[in-house]
Amino acid sequence: MSRIAVYGDRESVYGFASLGLDAVYMDKDNASDQFRKLCQSSGYAIIYITEQAAALLDREVERMKELLTPAVILIPGVSGNTGEGLSALRSSVERAVGTDILGD
Amino acid sequence: MAVTQVNPTRMELSRLKKKLNTATRGHKLLKDKRDELMRQFLELIKENRALRIRVEAAIKSANAGFVLAKASMSDQTQKAALLAPKQEIMVDISHKNVMSVDIPQFSYTTRTPNADDIYSYGFAFTSADLDDAVKSLSDILPDLIKLAEIEKSCQLMASEIEKTRRRVNALEHVMIPQTQEQIRYITRKLDENERSTQTRLMKVKDMMLKDAHGY
Repeated sequence: MSRIAVYGDRESVYGFASLGLDAVYMDKDNASDQFRKLCQSSGYAIIYITEQAAALLDREVERMKELLTPAVILIPGVSGNTGEGLSALRSSVERAVGTDILGD
Repeated sequence: MAVTQVNPTRMELSRLKKKLNTATRGHKLLKDKRDELMRQFLELIKENRALRIRVEAAIKSANAGFVLAKASMSDQTQKAALLAPKQEIMVDISHKNVMSVDIPQFSYTTRTPNADDIYSYGFAFTSADLDDAVKSLSDILPDLIKLAEIEKSCQLMASEIEKTRRRVNALEHVMIPQTQEQIRYITRKLDENERSTQTRLMKVKDMMLKDAHGY
């Protein structure tokens, strides 16, 4: 049995704690280490990460795409939707098909 | 195309023919794999996109709720309210094999069956906006987990499709033409050798006849 983590700034993720997801507050100075540790601890099946946090952790997020678990999924944070989630989707289409066929 | 050096022998020829056979069969199989993966991927990606748009909209409205709740409550009350969650979610991962790509399937269970356990606080000191926000987050949770499952599958399939496509292309445009070229080269060389032996023999025969009978 695994758990779900939500990673990002406090404002964006604390609400998820009430549902029983683990809210992990981002430590801005040490984000990449913190996130890597989170990914490596095998207890998590899914890690939701706010788009704002993912923007800082580009390399780590990209690396997790190859692995089966955890699934690192972008969600919009409290400061709004940057469209990063959809563009990540688009990039995987581009990777597979060779061109973006999703349209807009 | 430049031919890499091969020995023009019959053994090499039969080896290369076998290689070509395998390569052609592999190419056909991989092409089928790529096409099927692509078909499933496109189906999945459409679903993924719709789900993502829905989830993002829902999270946005939930976040708006949290901001409102924060505005009408003290920071401390709000922190205290969500400090000790009652509910807990456990995810069970199983794997599904789609054309040799392992994709995860998530199924989740909550620790307590009571749907109201998402409110980890008494209602006396918190604003109603907080309840709404928590409720709306809880409503999209199934979608959120489904999104994780589908999006992860898409990511994994995308990388597998990329790999397969490269292999198909490498076979189609490099390996197979090269082997064909080598086979052609050896056949020509062998034919040429045979012709040269033939003429030599004819020549020798002529010479012998001339010596013996003075033709």
